[in-house]
Amino acid sequence: MSGSSLLEFIQQAINGLTLGSIYALIAIGYTMVYGIIGMINFAHGEIYMIGAYVGLLVITVLGLFGVDSISLILLATLAVSILVTGSYGWTVERLAYRPLRGSPRLVPLISAIGVSIFLQNYVQLGQGARDVSMQPVLTGGWRFGPEDGFQVYLSYMQVLIAAVTVVSMTVLTLFISRSRMGRACRACSQDRAMANLLGIDTDRVIALTFVLGAALAAVAGVLVSMYYGLVNPFIGFIAGLKAFTAAVLGGIGSIPGAMLGGVVLGLAESFASAYLRTEYKDVVAFALLIGVLLVRPSGLLGRPDVEKV
Amino acid sequence: MRRVLPEALLAAVLTAVLAVPIFGLRIHVDGIDVSLDRTPTPVIVAVVVVFLLRLFQEPLRAGWARARLSITWQHPLADALRRTRRQPGYRALPWTLLLIAAVVWPFTASRGAVDIMTLALIYVMLGLGLNIVVGFAGLLVLGYAAFYAVGAYAYALLAQHFGLSFWLSLPIAGALAALTGFLLGLPVLRLRGDYLAIVTLGFGEITRLLLNNLNVLTGGPDGIGNIPRPTLFGLEFGRRASEGGATFHEFFGIDYSGEHAVIFLYLLGLALVVSILFVIDRLQRMPLGRAWEALREDEIACRSLGLNPTVIKLSALTLSAVFAGLAGAFFAARQGYINPESFTFIESAMVLAIVVLGGMGSQFGIMLAAIAITALPELAREFNEYRMLAFGLVMVLMMIWRPQGLVPAVRPRLELPERSEPAP
Repeated sequence: MSGSSLLEFIQQAINGLTLGSIYALIAIGYTMVYGIIGMINFAHGEIYMIGAYVGLLVITVLGLFGVDSISLILLATLAVSILVTGSYGWTVERLAYRPLRGSPRLVPLISAIGVSIFLQNYVQLGQGARDVSMQPVLTGGWRFGPEDGFQVYLSYMQVLIAAVTVVSMTVLTLFISRSRMGRACRACSQDRAMANLLGIDTDRVIALTFVLGAALAAVAGVLVSMYYGLVNPFIGFIAGLKAFTAAVLGGIGSIPGAMLGGVVLGLAESFASAYLRTEYKDVVAFALLIGVLLVRPSGLLGRPDVEKV
Repeated sequence: MRRVLPEALLAAVLTAVLAVPIFGLRIHVDGIDVSLDRTPTPVIVAVVVVFLLRLFQEPLRAGWARARLSITWQHPLADALRRTRRQPGYRALPWTLLLIAAVVWPFTASRGAVDIMTLALIYVMLGLGLNIVVGFAGLLVLGYAAFYAVGAYAYALLAQHFGLSFWLSLPIAGALAALTGFLLGLPVLRLRGDYLAIVTLGFGEITRLLLNNLNVLTGGPDGIGNIPRPTLFGLEFGRRASEGGATFHEFFGIDYSGEHAVIFLYLLGLALVVSILFVIDRLQRMPLGRAWEALREDEIACRSLGLNPTVIKLSALTLSAVFAGLAGAFFAARQGYINPESFTFIESAMVLAIVVLGGMGSQFGIMLAAIAITALPELAREFNEYRMLAFGLVMVLMMIWRPQGLVPAVRPRLELPERSEPAP
């Protein structure tokens, strides 16, 4: 491998890690909900899309007021977006999934698809179907490599994405492993009926799971709207699909699995678009999904589940 | 009342939080100038409506329950109809009448209406096909449009490159779609049902992406044009015959009319639907069909009785793909032009909505739903932008209130005949 192709490889790895962080953040929402109620929350991609819209909106509002401190913009945007998106997560669970608790598996899944179609068109009705774009908030970056050859470019935004992702993941892990509510979450994912018998309000735990998943999706949405500066009502569909792929890849139901799956998927996509053709990155992602299901159906870090009568 | 007011207020605040960013503020981009449009009206309306609904929830619920009780289906006429249907000789009567009406109808209707009904027939085929996996076998397939696309492109390409006629291509299109379904199902069906939903969804996207990007083969986003129309035993429906062909109106010595082709396509679609119905009806009574439904109800019990779940699921997916392939070939023949835009996820979702709306497993319900979903948007064009919104909402509401669909499937059951006199 010559020097310049090694640098190109590093560049793709950086891009892949950035993309992978976003996927991992969304994938956690899928994996947590699946871990507790065994349902694919199909509308999760749309929740992420709403998070991105809210992020763009808050940045625009702050821009109109002349706020230009990056840390202030980031904190305010994250706070508002988490609030709104978390409310969406809660409301969707309360209205569309809770009444279906205990019905056959297909029923909540179809309801979730309904929610997904509904939210996509609802945002389209409110904000229009066209791309909404804005000036990037954070520009610039570092360059490495020879003056005359290929240079690796690491933008500040990419570093920010990685940092915010690591912080969110750490907070989530601490919450799940240390707090009382987190312990209740783990109990519910092991045996919901038993947890209920022992006095855990499982409905509340489930609602919390949806809110937490939505909050992380909001973080992903805000980061994406700052990174690309471009949002439309349809970004949730494909991103949700990819994040679900990441969750399955890592082993659905396992939170570290979702993180790992997101990073692996991001890297795979980044290398595919560099060394194959850009159009085929989605094809590679789904082929990876089918491949993993073939070889290791429980995912990279998942436990094989045994069906009991 | 003391408890209701804070809850209503909370619901109103929540509504405001939900609605303001989507409907209250709208980003307006004009070149590099970014501004915000403020539209408070929809938000205020939503907040007030939610507040009032929440405040008067209990009296509203009680009133609704009373209203429901007063409606019953015990009408003497309905009873008489039900009894007549039980008579052995009359069982097929409603279907026969329906079929006669469907055959006679295009000769009395307008050209546009017949054309829309032909489209509805395509959705009937797709709905019936998807019903096999979703309704009978209880497996969710979200990329059904991929099989539909395989059928359509199979006919288009066979006609373009090898000059095959519609009638020769139809079985090939079905077989190719079946092969796709089989190959896709082979790895995935060993796993739990939910994975199938996502893998088929991904497969649907891959298919669309490939159709878009394999320019040499599929023409990319431009699609394939000039697909020949179906013929009636070699008779064409154009104004003038192609080289070495004959036209329908010349052969029968009647004046040329554009309506002939439209009506012929409709009747062809009807014939396909009737044969699909017939095949599915027979399949349902076969051990295979029974195994599908048994598997849906309890997979573990099926295993313990020696049924192989993978084989049964695979057969359901493969057969279901066949019907999508046939529908696809017919679609290509009707349009005369296809491109990847006809095979998006929305298409898959629409077919799923048809199956859910009509009632999973219920053939009659699905036919009604397919016709309703294709015909209603044509009647109310100004509501087109709300169509998908309503779809999503209806899917959720149906799952909450009536998961069995508008016309629930009738489960076959046996009853002991009533004895006329007590046994000694």
